[in-house]
Amino acid sequence: MKKVLMAVALAAPLFASAAQAETIRFGVDLNYPPFSKQGPDGKPQGFDIDMAHALCTAMKATCEIVPQDWDGLIPALNTNKFDAILSSMQITDERKKAVDFTNKYYNIPSRIIAKVGTTVDQNSFKGKKIGTLRASTQEKFAKDYWGKSGAKVVAYTKAPESFLDLTSGRLDAVFVDGAVGDQEFLKTPRGKGFAFVGPEYNDTKYFGLGAGIAVKKGNKALLERLNGAIDQIRKDGSYKKVQDKYFTFNVYGN
Amino acid sequence: MIDVNLMIENFPTFLGGGSGEPVLSTTDGLILTLELLFYSLVGGLLLSIPLGLMRVSKNRLVASAVWLYTYVFRGTPMLVQLFIIYYGLSQFQVVRDSWTWEYLQEAYFCALLAFTLNTAAYTTEIIAGQIRNTHWGEIEAAKAMGMSKWLMMRRIIIPAALRRALPAYSNEVVMMLQGTSIAGLVTLADVTGVARRIYSDTYMPFEPFLMAGLIYLAFTFLFVWLFKLAERRWLAYLAPRKH
Repeated sequence: MKKVLMAVALAAPLFASAAQAETIRFGVDLNYPPFSKQGPDGKPQGFDIDMAHALCTAMKATCEIVPQDWDGLIPALNTNKFDAILSSMQITDERKKAVDFTNKYYNIPSRIIAKVGTTVDQNSFKGKKIGTLRASTQEKFAKDYWGKSGAKVVAYTKAPESFLDLTSGRLDAVFVDGAVGDQEFLKTPRGKGFAFVGPEYNDTKYFGLGAGIAVKKGNKALLERLNGAIDQIRKDGSYKKVQDKYFTFNVYGN
Repeated sequence: MIDVNLMIENFPTFLGGGSGEPVLSTTDGLILTLELLFYSLVGGLLLSIPLGLMRVSKNRLVASAVWLYTYVFRGTPMLVQLFIIYYGLSQFQVVRDSWTWEYLQEAYFCALLAFTLNTAAYTTEIIAGQIRNTHWGEIEAAKAMGMSKWLMMRRIIIPAALRRALPAYSNEVVMMLQGTSIAGLVTLADVTGVARRIYSDTYMPFEPFLMAGLIYLAFTFLFVWLFKLAERRWLAYLAPRKH
């Protein structure tokens, strides 16, 4: 224990200066397509990676992507393996105890997928069936929202199974995370004739605050630089460029 | 270690209760499991008696058609049969346009159909086996009495075959009880489905599945006991002499 403390104490000034330097290192879990994955050439790619590069351009720094498996991300951040986590990490109270979060950099709303032209409000699914993932935030919301006005919420183990039942007509709608619905269904040939209908749902009580960039607790300097950079790329259009490369809808939320 | 409170709290859910829903509702939990089991067993048994007769028929074509049916349904997992009926058939526009779609679009009906066809295949083989096992002496006696072929079937062969099939059939009933646990994979919430739901809500795997296991155990015990009573009554003439 003492030795570890010593090592950290010795290393701290080294890394404090590194944060000021031109290279910012982002820890990313490369197992979450389309947000992050290992490309065919072995290099990291995806929405999160492009987002990191856009932020670095805004901060006039160079990016280094450090691959790290999901469950090791926060420990690795705290041992200075990288300066920040940019890995679709949802901002939660639990995690806030361990790290500091920037403002959200995306908050993908949950959406209703149904036949093109379907109108959606709280009462439009009376006596009809809505498919969701079992034990998902969407299932809880759907039961409270449409379930109370007479819709039947059907739980599936896997999203593709609910899409199968939507195309066969067993379901009238599927309520799903927008990114999953877009990538796994609407962008595939099977999604023909279907679309996102109705509003975006991002009630924070059910769906949380969105994904943020995590920095080591107390690293105010980097936190403020990143927040500034997020604002900047939102304004100068480079955010939209990254978004449009992967998604057909607004991923930032309101 | 084991959260007993969680098990007690969730017990009504297994019976189909839970938040705001009536306990012992037919759409969830134990009643759904028993319903699926009962209807598929009754349907399977009704199908399997004529099928069993066809299986031992002297007409090669009839016998081999039934052989093919039992071979296919005993040779593939019930899970595969259920998936083919539920997800497979629904992919064809022809099926969706036909009158069958009204039934096939319901997960409940698909599960019932798969279970019935499956248990009918096994029961057919059990009954056919017992028909072949009929003692030649009984047949000779029936012929000597001047019985026609069908009268002999009705009075001698089938009743005796069904009696002798009891022990094997009790196995089939218990296997079907466990078999219904796959209904949860096509959106139904039977006992296992309820356990899976509690598991994904609480991230506690042990308690809900233990609870489900205990429920299956209790009913297995009950069925085995009932069959033992039935055997004592209808198979008494085959039991060893007690005096």
